[in-house]
Amino acid sequence: MADTLPTVAPARAGAARIADEAPLRVAVVGHVDHGKSTLVGRLLHAKGALSETKVAAVRAMCERRGMPFEWAFVTDALQAERDQGVTVDAGHVRLAHGGRSFALIDAPGHREFLKNMISGAADCDAALVVIDAEEGVREQSRRHAFMLHLLGVRELVVAVTKMDRVDYAQTRFDEVRRDFTTLLASLGIAGAAFVPVSGRAGDNILNASPRTPWYRDGGLLDRLGGIAPRPSAANRPLRLPIQDVYKFDTRRILAGRIESGRLRVGDEIVIAPADHRVAVRGIEGWAVDGPILEAEAGQSVGITLDEQVFVARGDVIAHPESPAFETDAFRGRLFWLGRAPLRAGARLTLRVHTAETPVTVERIERVVDTARMTDLADTEVPPHAVADILLRGRAVLALDAARDLDRTGRFVLLDGPDIVGGGLVDLDGFRDRRARPARKATNIARVDHRVTAEMRADRAGHRGGVIWLTGLSGSGKSTLATELELRLFGKGYQVYVLDGDNLRHGLNANLGFSPDDRAENIRRAGEVAALMARAGFLVLTAFISPYRADRARARRAAGADFHEVYLRADLATCEARDPKGLYRKARAGEIADFTGVSAPYEAPETCELVLDSGFRSVADCVGALLAHVDRTFPLDRPAPATPGTLRAVT
Amino acid sequence: MTPLDALESQSIYILREAFSRLDRVAMLWSLGKDSNVMVWLAKKAFFGHVPFPVLHVDTGRKFPEMYAFRDRYAREWNLDLIVGDCPPIEETDPSLPPAARAAARKTAGLNRLIEARGYTGIIAGIRRDEEGTRAKERVFSPRGAGNVWDVRGQPPEFWDQFRTDAPPGTHIRVHPLLHWTEIDVWRYSAREGIPMVDLYFARDGQRYRSLGDRDITHPVPSDAATIAEVIAELTVTETAERAGRAMDHEREDAFERLREAGYM
Repeated sequence: MADTLPTVAPARAGAARIADEAPLRVAVVGHVDHGKSTLVGRLLHAKGALSETKVAAVRAMCERRGMPFEWAFVTDALQAERDQGVTVDAGHVRLAHGGRSFALIDAPGHREFLKNMISGAADCDAALVVIDAEEGVREQSRRHAFMLHLLGVRELVVAVTKMDRVDYAQTRFDEVRRDFTTLLASLGIAGAAFVPVSGRAGDNILNASPRTPWYRDGGLLDRLGGIAPRPSAANRPLRLPIQDVYKFDTRRILAGRIESGRLRVGDEIVIAPADHRVAVRGIEGWAVDGPILEAEAGQSVGITLDEQVFVARGDVIAHPESPAFETDAFRGRLFWLGRAPLRAGARLTLRVHTAETPVTVERIERVVDTARMTDLADTEVPPHAVADILLRGRAVLALDAARDLDRTGRFVLLDGPDIVGGGLVDLDGFRDRRARPARKATNIARVDHRVTAEMRADRAGHRGGVIWLTGLSGSGKSTLATELELRLFGKGYQVYVLDGDNLRHGLNANLGFSPDDRAENIRRAGEVAALMARAGFLVLTAFISPYRADRARARRAAGADFHEVYLRADLATCEARDPKGLYRKARAGEIADFTGVSAPYEAPETCELVLDSGFRSVADCVGALLAHVDRTFPLDRPAPATPGTLRAVT
Repeated sequence: MTPLDALESQSIYILREAFSRLDRVAMLWSLGKDSNVMVWLAKKAFFGHVPFPVLHVDTGRKFPEMYAFRDRYAREWNLDLIVGDCPPIEETDPSLPPAARAAARKTAGLNRLIEARGYTGIIAGIRRDEEGTRAKERVFSPRGAGNVWDVRGQPPEFWDQFRTDAPPGTHIRVHPLLHWTEIDVWRYSAREGIPMVDLYFARDGQRYRSLGDRDITHPVPSDAATIAEVIAELTVTETAERAGRAMDHEREDAFERLREAGYM
């Protein structure tokens, strides 16, 4: 019984015939009811990619609904789509023509399903824009054109459909072509091909139709067949975002997909944003013939390094001569898919390649209504609009401007678990926060230690690490750090305090208090703390360190054993304490860029410990810090017999 | 990169995303050609290891050749195999046609496993070219309470950014082969030397294009006795891959209803 039943597969052998090349991916887009699905059904039929049984099944569906034969039912596979005559989600079908294979993605044209149109069209090589000859350019024609532009789909064929309804009139075809060409030009898209067709009657699908003698540029499929696939990014700068780090066996493998460029065994690479300089030891594989020596854009790879450095998902591997941009802020050209309008101040999650960080929408600079192609004098972004926004992340990310490298230069925004928008990164006017000063020396090889971290921890009785105190001047950093140092020393810890003022007497004597100098001050402090931690010390630091990005950099320098402690004390309390008389001077205008008075303090959004040092006593705070150290850097041997001269904490 | 390299690379990327982003992941292994390719791709993605359980939702009505294949390769491939059974047909939705009810047993068996083991990600080897509703699937496809598929409200998915959070009581279906076609699967199997159940190769003028339960799966006329001959046959065939799967064809909406209720 079963083998006599009709077939249901949307495409059959036609898809399979040409598989020696990857199919050209074509998104079929345009306004609702302009005939996209009908055209796709017609294309499949014209290429013999539909069996008679499939056609019979569609005929039965139509008869059951008491309607004439409907080509759209070939791809409108859902009951709801057939019952309402509207494509809800993109259907993917295959066909072959003229020695090429195509994947057609029949996208929905209803405004409500814009998210599905984008899902279908985002990775396409080309688009087939369908415009009804009678209705001409409509809202979704414009909106889809704008989206294609943002998605980087630049190769367009425009089918002016339903030519049978306008008596195949060349004047009407020319009007539509003129309107849409003007619109595309405003988006910077030139060279679109226009074809007058009728999905129902089949004109100009395969061959030139006698009903349009004024059109001689070839059938629709021939025009699509003339499009080249998106060029490979193998000759662009190397970008390998880390997807995961595996330790299934003795190898520690960094896994990811090369988004652009090439990678060879032995290459010197830089891993951003921590800026580790290492070399590629091997490219790993399973069930492959012989060693892999090189890999290129598009390949999912796993590599091992010549040196173990701390690497995590979201880091980006590049060659030192063409590194990624490092920033915690950028301008994004966003298409907004959220249900509610987007407003400045919104807190969302940002994803760029494999990196993810919480972000705040700091500013909304421009809002465009994509259906009318006009600027909105608005401070919020309504659903389906496009906007230029300023985003600030909690962490520094390695990324690119979309115009330089699209795959590492595009982002999505999430609200909770939901993707609510996407966009392109624009870095004009932003400062690259790559570790400064850039390493000037060349021919530096890292020396491998023969004393390991484990050996050092074993002798000291505890791991090395960094307890990083941050807070306003007067919040108690130096007081608590020196007190904690004394107590921990008494317990037997190898411990040392790095104090901001002390470092400024020596190592950082050449630095002032401008934002750049502050960043450099903290960069050096972070590096010194990390070095000492690696030497086995528990390092306590006392720096205002007002910028999140600078603290994040110090965290990366130190790796896993970095604990940020926020001394939370309000400005009034700190100013009343004013242990060094600095607030008085700042208020008098004698000190420029003073944190809390004339320069910002960015409180941590997450950190290992928060102490309300504004109203809790020193003893109380030291007790909390001791408990934290006890828990996170436990000492595996008893305190020395003579505890020295510990003074009581009052 | 060749087209097969590109397909492989994309599937590996998806498998690694699933492993990285989802808490408790398991892979469905139906013993069919697609899921054998999928297990192979997992070994590629994770350098010889399959770092999650492999589930065989067993209706008890498979072909003997399939059980033998399972037991042999679970061992050879060092898989953490979990076999789950399925409730009797009486417990399925009586408004479905008969073959669809038989298929619905598998959904019920899978739902039991998901519930018992708290999986938040289920990797399944479906492809867009198999069937119309699968053609509309997402790579990371959320399943709501009761494991239902909200086909009219699928999340946006582009630039390989996937929805990876499943609220409690829900899970994500992950589809690493969604962009492959039937002939891609065979060409890749030939290139890699992936073992397959013999039922796919012609005996006495018949072979199976697609494998399911014994009583609702039918062979197609064919003389293709090797992978090379299968590939040659697929370049000219006029028959659909799932023509021999009775549950697809009983009623216009039967397969869509099965899939909305959690079928693969």
